[in-house]
Amino acid sequence: MIPATFTYKRAGSLEEALDLAARDGDEAKFLAGGHSLLPLMKLRLAVPEVLIDIGRLREFSYVRDEGGYVAVGALTTHDELSRSGVLASELPLLAHAASQVGDPQVRHRGTIGGSLVHADPAADLPAVILALDATMVARGPAGQREIGIGEFFRELFETALEPGELLTEIRIPKPRAAGWSFQKFTKRAIDWAIVGVAVQGGQVALVNMDQTPIRARGVERALADGAGPREAAAHAAEGSNPSDDINADRGYREHLARVLVGRALEESSSRA
Amino acid sequence: MKVTVTVNGSDVVADVADRTLLVHFVRDVAGLTGTNVGCDTTSCGACTVLLDGKSVKSCTVLAAQADGSAVTTVEGLADGPDDMHPVQRAFRAEHGLQCGFCTPGMVMAAVSLLAENPSPTEEDVRSGLEGNLCRCTGYHNIVRAVLAAAPDMKEGRTS
Amino acid sequence: MSILGTRVVRTEDPRLLTVGGTYVDDLRVPELADAVRVTFVRSPIAHARITGIDATAALEAPGVVAVLTVADLTDLAPPPPDDGRDGTEGAPLPMGGPWSEPLLAVDRVRYVGEPVAMVLTDESYQGEDAAELVSVDYEPLPAVIGIDGGLDGGTLLFDGTQSNVVVTKDTPADESAFDGCDVVVERTIVNQRLAPMPMEGRAAAARWADGKLTFWVSTQNAQITRFILAGVLGLDLDAMRVIAPDVGGGFGAKVGADRDAILVAWAAKHTGRAVRWVETRSENLVGMTHGRAQEQTFKIGGTRDGRILAYRLDVVQDTGAYARMSGFLPGLTNLMAVGPYDIAHVEAAYRVVVTNTTPISAYRGAGRPEATAAIERALDLFAAEIGMDPAQVRRENLIPPDRFPYTTPGGAVYDSGNYVAALDKVLEAAGYGELRAEQARRRERGDVLQLGIGLSSYVEITAADAAAGETSRLEVHPEGTATVYTGSSAHGQGHHTAWAMLVEAELGIEMSKVTVIHGDTDLIPEGIGTYGSRSLQLGGVAVHKAALDVKDQARRLAADMIEAAEADLELDTATGTWQVRGDPASRRTWSEVATHAGDAGLVAYVQFAGGAPTFPFGSHLALAEVDVETGKARLIRHVTADDAGIVVSPVLAEGQRHGGIAQGVAQALLEEVLYDADGNPLTATLADYAAITAAELPSFELVRSETPTDVNPLGVKGIGEAGTIGATPATQNAVIDAVSHLGVRHIDMPTTPRRVWAAISEAASGNGQGSTGQGREGQ
Repeated sequence: MIPATFTYKRAGSLEEALDLAARDGDEAKFLAGGHSLLPLMKLRLAVPEVLIDIGRLREFSYVRDEGGYVAVGALTTHDELSRSGVLASELPLLAHAASQVGDPQVRHRGTIGGSLVHADPAADLPAVILALDATMVARGPAGQREIGIGEFFRELFETALEPGELLTEIRIPKPRAAGWSFQKFTKRAIDWAIVGVAVQGGQVALVNMDQTPIRARGVERALADGAGPREAAAHAAEGSNPSDDINADRGYREHLARVLVGRALEESSSRA
Repeated sequence: MKVTVTVNGSDVVADVADRTLLVHFVRDVAGLTGTNVGCDTTSCGACTVLLDGKSVKSCTVLAAQADGSAVTTVEGLADGPDDMHPVQRAFRAEHGLQCGFCTPGMVMAAVSLLAENPSPTEEDVRSGLEGNLCRCTGYHNIVRAVLAAAPDMKEGRTS
Repeated sequence: MSILGTRVVRTEDPRLLTVGGTYVDDLRVPELADAVRVTFVRSPIAHARITGIDATAALEAPGVVAVLTVADLTDLAPPPPDDGRDGTEGAPLPMGGPWSEPLLAVDRVRYVGEPVAMVLTDESYQGEDAAELVSVDYEPLPAVIGIDGGLDGGTLLFDGTQSNVVVTKDTPADESAFDGCDVVVERTIVNQRLAPMPMEGRAAAARWADGKLTFWVSTQNAQITRFILAGVLGLDLDAMRVIAPDVGGGFGAKVGADRDAILVAWAAKHTGRAVRWVETRSENLVGMTHGRAQEQTFKIGGTRDGRILAYRLDVVQDTGAYARMSGFLPGLTNLMAVGPYDIAHVEAAYRVVVTNTTPISAYRGAGRPEATAAIERALDLFAAEIGMDPAQVRRENLIPPDRFPYTTPGGAVYDSGNYVAALDKVLEAAGYGELRAEQARRRERGDVLQLGIGLSSYVEITAADAAAGETSRLEVHPEGTATVYTGSSAHGQGHHTAWAMLVEAELGIEMSKVTVIHGDTDLIPEGIGTYGSRSLQLGGVAVHKAALDVKDQARRLAADMIEAAEADLELDTATGTWQVRGDPASRRTWSEVATHAGDAGLVAYVQFAGGAPTFPFGSHLALAEVDVETGKARLIRHVTADDAGIVVSPVLAEGQRHGGIAQGVAQALLEEVLYDADGNPLTATLADYAAITAAELPSFELVRSETPTDVNPLGVKGIGEAGTIGATPATQNAVIDAVSHLGVRHIDMPTTPRRVWAAISEAASGNGQGSTGQGREGQ
């Protein structure tokens, strides 16, 4: 299967990308690695008229230690994240989770920015970034702005980015608590998570438990109140709204969330 | 748009539709039919080629995205049937292929895997090939072939 | 020493590994240089009346050459008359009659994916665009989904019929057979619908020129395909050449040619244009036939000391929208219902229902995995009921080695076997006692990861249609090389290697000098092809016999050349030379002998039909680990003994076992074709259909077992399907065994995490059945 016809435009710079986007408005989509967008286009579930290829803006592919935080360029691939020395020492949660995305070929092409902007609740990295309380840096016609990750995911496949706005950097504060864990429950290794859990210290986020990635606030409150891992995990499904699909119904997802959060918290405390 | 891709060392230049997928550029423009299409959803890996040295699924890359890049397909690994790449040799020695349809993609995925991890364990190989489906072999001999190829590839012949 | 039985690498591989095979989509032959592309318009609705088709917009789209609908199908041969056959004898239904299947939908569609129209375009990309522009008006009808839906009969799929039950094979129940049993267990289980999913989907190309049709098709049977085309298109056989180029796997779903491929051939003749069609995976998962799809109710009874006295199996086969295989698949399930066990009283019956789903046909094992799955589950349930080790129950009931040939109550004649030995070999290789001890320790500790040990013993039937035979022609050329033309057909099995081995073994002509040709009806007009694990025991034997014939001829020729008595001549197969016994100076090479044959040539043609079905057997042990908190099951070891008689090529035989095991494990753990209540497919891409990957499987432990058969001169049986037949129930039994101490007795396949967890939860909540599955709840 092949995408419906579109016009391909290649941006040589950030400014050009923004100009192109401004010109084509709602009809245009940015293309980074293309591993969220092109599969949808091949199934004709997405039919943009214009693709603006930002894949050559290599200046947005980096992982930098900025002292209080780690700056990750939006075009950094999953593979690069998984091999980053900075992440290995400062944010092993992100490096590890990136190594679990898709398969090797997908990790060679897919980017963290693409994954976040696509905002699929079943994707791994959005929940990880949510657990890490990152700040998203976006550039648009009106200049640069920062968006807290807590305000970034709006609805299913929808973010706080305005049309024509481009995610350029993810700023991740260095965690105060060292313990971390990433639990991904799948039928097959290659599958999207049926449920996933990202834990950094006392911050817990869930994959595929709602229309967007969500923080497990009930768990976090219980932890703050001194609960142990299993006790806190009992609150994992609170406030969630998981959907039914061929792999799991709501009740099973809620159960999995409790089991996986319990395991994640135990693993995390063993690393603390 | 006009696209130039260096395929197995030779520049292939063509004016193609913007939506042309890299796999069709390789098959229909470069005329190399070893690379196959096995699915629509970036799932099966039959179309795996190396793009600037790394394995990618060429059904999920636009030819336009590969403009200016180097692509290696299964045809580019060996000089001929008598001078095969260590991975190709190992696939034959270990009976790592039956119908052959997944084989080019599987071989390219294995080459990329070994380039990144020259001494993999069986588990590394199995998880490293999770993006490539084979319906014939049960993967048993493919895994053995990749493990067997590892030392040979380390010794030098890494195309 | 003979090359047979030695580890030979394949002759096919260098080409496949360096430039890739030449599958239909890869053909760059001049005849197809200007081929247009076929894109099918398929029904998006499971059951509907078609009230109109408007191709106007599509015809105006770029590159569109033609849009063809049923209205264009005016130049076909008339359909065969309804001969009243109802398929009860296990035969397919006739093409005519009320259940007949059209080529393109006439005024009704019966499954999502059914071909409605064909769009011909200059390029493939244009085809997908234009197909979207063909406007079809559908008037939806209630969809008949699942076996319950089919049996219900509230909505009928076919006019002029009384129910959706196409075929019924009744067998009266003899309740008295169970009277003497201490324990009787009854249960209904599901053998779920699967997608065969060869890596290459369906594909065909065709050209009509000078009154002859050339048809390239991804098929297991070029010659059968030619017969099918002759019947549909009304062409003489010699007006058609059918070529099977490289074929990227078949697994039963590429037997012959189905309606989509036939339409491609028709379109070439109808339009005069060369055409090519290569389906997408999304088409493949709804358009290619599916497999399995049975609901099975069994009743097993026996004594408390483990002797099984009676077994009954009732099968309902969901055959999808059209009864292509009709009673054939459940007929085989009935025939093999008793499996490898000596059970005095056995009954089997079946019904076949049509539903608004993709038609069902053969998939690796084709009726036998279903039989094995039923009795192997029944055996484990019986063992659990009497509290006996399942290995012991099997040992008690396996047919002993001194009983062969053994005629089953169902009438199958098992040729040879040592079933207990195969089981014992597997138990020993696996370390059965230690596994049970480790299982007990984990249970004692209450580990999260519990261990399950699953067994299955099986016997299956291969070359069930042995009487149809197979052909081979062997030519030895003056250059000292040889060519084998085989009616058998390769799509991954390694025929080219195995047939060359057979020639080298008999004639001493090195494999590298033997060319094997298959799948071209101009070169090989007579043949059957490959299915039902028939190749080696029919096609291979035909090659072997042709080699013997050539050898006889060569002996006469050499005797003539040397002027010696035929009886004094010997063939040295190590060097491939003839000589008078003890006189090296008289040596003549194959080249010389073939040259001496002159214009007559050194040729043998064999049509081998002297065989009979053979019955491979074996035992599998699967070791599964189940996470009892999440329900996720993982296969961690798989040990098998698969006995298919004499092994000609260990490398190829092992490859067949590996692949079969993986497909069996995939059925047990992961794969299932799903529809919603309206008949919309839920697993129409490989993102949703859970094909198994390397990451889900361990390496397999193969134990050797070779019990010859005297049915054919090579002593061989078929090995193509054994892995699937044995591995599926072993794996399912292992998963259930891992949680049996929690009160679980049964979990339907696939034993997905959700199902396993639900079974554990249900057992914990005290629901007496201890079972979870879709049961009669539908597909």
